[in-house]
Amino acid sequence: MGVNILAVDDSRTMRDMLALALGAAGYTVRLAEDGQQGLETLENFSPDAILSDINMPRLDGFGFVQAVRRIERHRSTPILVLTTEDAPELKARARTAGATGWIVKPFDAPKLIRALQMVVR
Amino acid sequence: MDRIRAGFHVECEEQIEQLRDALGIVEAACDRGCAPDPEAVNSAFRAVHTIKGGASAFALGPLASFAHRMEGTLEGLRSGTVPVDGATTKALVRATDHLADLVSACSTGDATSTEGPATADPFANFAPAGAGRATAAGDADQAWRVTFRPSETLFATGNEPLFLLQALRALGASGVTCDTSALPPLAGLDPDRAYIGWSLALPGDRDRSEIVEIFDFVEDVCKFAIDRDASDCETPPPVAAPLQAPRPGTEPARSIRVDLNRVDRVMNLVGELAITQSILSQSIRDAGLATHSDISPRLEALSALTRDIQDTVMTIRAQPVKPLFQRMGRILRETAEALGKPARLRTEGELTEVDRTVVEQLADPLMHMVRNAVDHGLEPVEERRRAGKSDEGTITLTAAHRAGRFVVELSDDGPGLDRPRIRAVAASKGLIDATTEMSDHEIDQLLFHPGFSTATSVNDVSGRGVGLDVVRTAITRLGGRLSIQSDIGCGTRFSLSLPLTLAVLDGMIVRVAGQVLVMPVAAVIESAAVRGLERRNLGPGRDLLRIRDKFVPVCDVADALGYRTAEEGPLHAIAILTEAEDEVRSALVVDAILDQRQVVVKPIRSILAQPRGISAATILGDGRIALILDPGDLIRSKTQAATPAASHHIGGSLG
Repeated sequence: MGVNILAVDDSRTMRDMLALALGAAGYTVRLAEDGQQGLETLENFSPDAILSDINMPRLDGFGFVQAVRRIERHRSTPILVLTTEDAPELKARARTAGATGWIVKPFDAPKLIRALQMVVR
Repeated sequence: MDRIRAGFHVECEEQIEQLRDALGIVEAACDRGCAPDPEAVNSAFRAVHTIKGGASAFALGPLASFAHRMEGTLEGLRSGTVPVDGATTKALVRATDHLADLVSACSTGDATSTEGPATADPFANFAPAGAGRATAAGDADQAWRVTFRPSETLFATGNEPLFLLQALRALGASGVTCDTSALPPLAGLDPDRAYIGWSLALPGDRDRSEIVEIFDFVEDVCKFAIDRDASDCETPPPVAAPLQAPRPGTEPARSIRVDLNRVDRVMNLVGELAITQSILSQSIRDAGLATHSDISPRLEALSALTRDIQDTVMTIRAQPVKPLFQRMGRILRETAEALGKPARLRTEGELTEVDRTVVEQLADPLMHMVRNAVDHGLEPVEERRRAGKSDEGTITLTAAHRAGRFVVELSDDGPGLDRPRIRAVAASKGLIDATTEMSDHEIDQLLFHPGFSTATSVNDVSGRGVGLDVVRTAITRLGGRLSIQSDIGCGTRFSLSLPLTLAVLDGMIVRVAGQVLVMPVAAVIESAAVRGLERRNLGPGRDLLRIRDKFVPVCDVADALGYRTAEEGPLHAIAILTEAEDEVRSALVVDAILDQRQVVVKPIRSILAQPRGISAATILGDGRIALILDPGDLIRSKTQAATPAASHHIGGSLG
């Protein structure tokens, strides 16, 4: 069994890039377009880690992370949020919501993989 | 990578559309003096944010930094630090135009100059290189001593000290010691809490930032220290953490981009399929097989299926006119600005879908019409004030499906056409005789005369040579019609009607003087036997028929097409009540209605002058060619000089 990742981002470009980078690194990726769809995906998918954008329609990243943490099965699933700002208050908010860590955009594939290796096998 | 890049541009266009929509809502709220819907502001913010994210990913510096600035303003709107007023929204709308320019510059410009040499790593040009690795030379000899102790809540955040240790090992960690002093007795141990701390040594030539980066996720849930270590320590070579290699896989995409040529090819093939199916059905019926077996229901099923395929293929090419209308919004703003006439665009029916080719072909003529409306349609501000109108002129653009055609209307709230002046100009240019009696309608038509222009100076807005005649020619070439209506004081309205598609048509098969013709069903309201209808005559060629208590003008199709004259004593059997796109009703008289079916439209090639009253042709099930009637044109041709059209001349030139 490989390492399964759920990547949630409303930007198709970002999803394409994440899929490409993660796929190339050997991860199995499922994609969702926003927090709401992310939650729906989680109903029958147990990823080893979750990547989530913050600014998204319907359910944003903070709300999504909070909701994931309320699911017993995903209480300690690593969640990395993707942000464009390296601001302490943003990280604090993400942490309060229950995020494991963050990746500041723009990121390259090595940075993405390095960050993931900090939270999954 | 190129594929993703192309996708990014498409996404940018979508985001800009979303941004324009959202700003439209904000603008409208601002006009009413109320606070904008927070969701609209959020939606605008997200659109710009997405563009910014993608732009920085592709190292499109100017786009990213401009999007960043825009995002700042929208963030201000969101938080209330920037006031929601006309100035802000106008600036944002203009900024959107600029953003759209930057996006198209990125897609057409030489963006490759920002990229490094081609490389197998798809993200190679994605981000600036990480922090430099320079270390103070004097310190490099001294190893790092790293100590860290997770706080008890570390596990709850989803972090795992094991991975920290693995990452540190990859940097060359050695001499690891474990601090178990905080470990409680087994009975009191909570497995969800972290109790153990570590201390280890790292090679001195590592940059401090590399080590700090490892603790990025846990700096608030652990205590850690990174210090220079005086004691010697052996540093084994770094061990690269081998990456597991599961099978790569991604979620299948929900939409794909397809070359339009392929869709067109499918469309043509489906057209051929429909004709073949129709011929086959006819042959089977003619052979008398249909009634004697279970062939009949299967033929029906095949026919239904063919029609379904046709409809589905059509929807693939159909596109809402919204992007087109949004482009017109921009043309209007630029024109209004250049002329110093405040104007706004109001749109209706922008979700109306029409064949993609029609949308594309419409852009240029519509652009000229919008410019023309601002330049000639709207009066200067002082005049508007005198007339008691608001300073800002309104141009309304609507789209709708009407009578089986796609109708776009462009109206202004200007003073209407200055007919005496149009007449005077036309006379001075020798287009008409100054003494000729002319109806309003005839005067209006002068605007479409080649070379006619009421503008006294050639400015750069409407432009020399591109007058309404050019616009009308372009529309006619698309099988469309352009008409004009004007009310003094209230403005002018241009109506433009186009076929929904050039591919298929629901047709009523009729017989006229021995010829089989096709009447578009969309134009038909009802039919009745002429014999039972009251008839009035208002003079030669001006017959009226009373249908449902209303008298409508009659057009004998055989007469209009020159198959026989009205005096030859026609076998007027059926009157078909039609409504043209200008909502004028008329009764078309034919000999008989034979059938109703979908026909594949074959345009009549342009080597022939387009015969009046005929829009195209088709091939019927028995292989015969039938002309497709254009009811609106047929009725107009009756009032003007009808040009006889003979079907056998057209037969050899079908597309």
